[in-house]
Amino acid sequence: MTLTTYFMEATYLIASILFVFSLKGMSHPETARRGMFMAEAGMFAAIVGTLVGTHIVTWVWIIAGLAIGSILGAWMAIWVPMTAMPQRTALSHAFGALAAALVGVGEFIVHASEMSAVTRSALGFEVMLGALTTTGSLIACGKLQGIIHGKPIQFRGQNAVNLLVFLTMVSSFVYFCIHPEAVAVFYTMLGVAFVFGIMLVIPIGSADMPVVMSLLNSYAGLASAATGFVLQNNVLIIAGTLDGFSGFILSVLMCKAMNRSITNVLFGGFGAVVAEATSNAGGVMREISLDDAAMQLAFANRVVFVPGYGLATAQAQHAVRELAELLESRGVSVKYAIHPVAGRMPGHMNVLLAEANVPYSSLYEMEQINPEFPSTDVAVVIGANDVVNPDARDNPKSLIAGMPILEVDRAKSVIVLKRGQGRGFSGLENPLFFKSCTSMLYGDAKATLSHLAQAVQRV
Amino acid sequence: MNPAVLIASVYVFALAAFLGYQVISRVPPLLHTPLMSATNAISGISLIGSLVLAGSAHYPLGAHILGFVAVTTSTINVVGGFGLTDRMLKMFGKRKPDQKAVAK
Repeated sequence: MTLTTYFMEATYLIASILFVFSLKGMSHPETARRGMFMAEAGMFAAIVGTLVGTHIVTWVWIIAGLAIGSILGAWMAIWVPMTAMPQRTALSHAFGALAAALVGVGEFIVHASEMSAVTRSALGFEVMLGALTTTGSLIACGKLQGIIHGKPIQFRGQNAVNLLVFLTMVSSFVYFCIHPEAVAVFYTMLGVAFVFGIMLVIPIGSADMPVVMSLLNSYAGLASAATGFVLQNNVLIIAGTLDGFSGFILSVLMCKAMNRSITNVLFGGFGAVVAEATSNAGGVMREISLDDAAMQLAFANRVVFVPGYGLATAQAQHAVRELAELLESRGVSVKYAIHPVAGRMPGHMNVLLAEANVPYSSLYEMEQINPEFPSTDVAVVIGANDVVNPDARDNPKSLIAGMPILEVDRAKSVIVLKRGQGRGFSGLENPLFFKSCTSMLYGDAKATLSHLAQAVQRV
Repeated sequence: MNPAVLIASVYVFALAAFLGYQVISRVPPLLHTPLMSATNAISGISLIGSLVLAGSAHYPLGAHILGFVAVTTSTINVVGGFGLTDRMLKMFGKRKPDQKAVAK
């Protein structure tokens, strides 16, 4: 080994250690930023180490790639609005996975003849996982952005077709591992994996996106880890594994928060289920005037806001914070209740509210806030539906039975801000809306909230 | 691949998985979105694989081009990922003690 190789390996070791420390910093908002600086330093060291330690001769492609990537990346980092975070994250999973897949294909072109069977299987795994994550994430991104309809796309015999695609992919993988000279099989596997990624995500509805995002995150990480096996590079294995496990842990948490298994999310096509009149209209929805609602809020002692995806679509995070501040200045205690799967990705609501300057100490998780609802005067539900559906708790026949919910129905009164009278994404009837303590405020959440704030000022 | 290297790699993988599980399960739900964005940026380390592909001697042009695309997408992830994570974390850093005092 030459001196530069030692230097390179040293930077990789440093990078690995810094990556672990940076994730440790994530355990608290106070230390998280410092942690990220460590990760950035680690990344920088690893890049410099690579450029010094490997025999790079052609700089054109590298400089072009780094320049274009930096410009696009910086543009994203500065201009992407917080409401678009789920799409952006899906897109970045696609990019990461694509990079892994391409590196795999490149390795195949250059070194295929000299690879052992073990390396080939790692390579096949990398390319397969990378390719299916790329297209899968692009579909997820399209759904979140609204380019592709958010409703699940399903057809008869879908699972059979998927199974066929999957088996074709796996059998080409196995064949490639045994017969390295089969170039056509390798590219077949690549192509089929791209198709499989699409097939995997199209039948999944937007409401299940938190799970899908976490899974794709996990796949993208594992594809990177496989790259590490192919290149015999430990820092790639470590970083990829950390990413893969983070995604895996998040998927498990999200599934738990919906009381569903991963298989059910992937193959159940949840959103397509047409409501089978589980517990139908046990009354009428009562509309409330802005002034009455403002009165209720202004004279309450404890108010809890429950944000959902509707808050994000209406971009109402600033409006809700203004209303909350107004109430707080009148001596009302205000809290925010965050359901783990509210929104379209893990932690989505927290980020939105943080953007609007809501201090994180007033954001409460489901387990913390649920015992407080009985002593809450007014719970304000903003564009959330299934996560506050009491059927999940009370009606064992409900499609979402067993899903843990925010128990807003136990509050003394509930105000629901909703765009229209339609059902939620899942198509389920929500008995909360028909309860006698519930009143409805229809309209765009942002406009309604700022009108409410004005009305509170007049009280 | 020689077996000793493979075994060492599997060790690294297993230990990283264990460490990842320990560290990441302590991250509060509050920070799940920044976590996802951060791990994404970190796994942009595949950039170093792409660099080798894009710039090594005696590689065919096809490999260089694949490498170039991979360098571009992973740089987007690294720069964009770290940038966005920092932007998010900055928002969580802001505290307003005066406001809290009013609330109590």
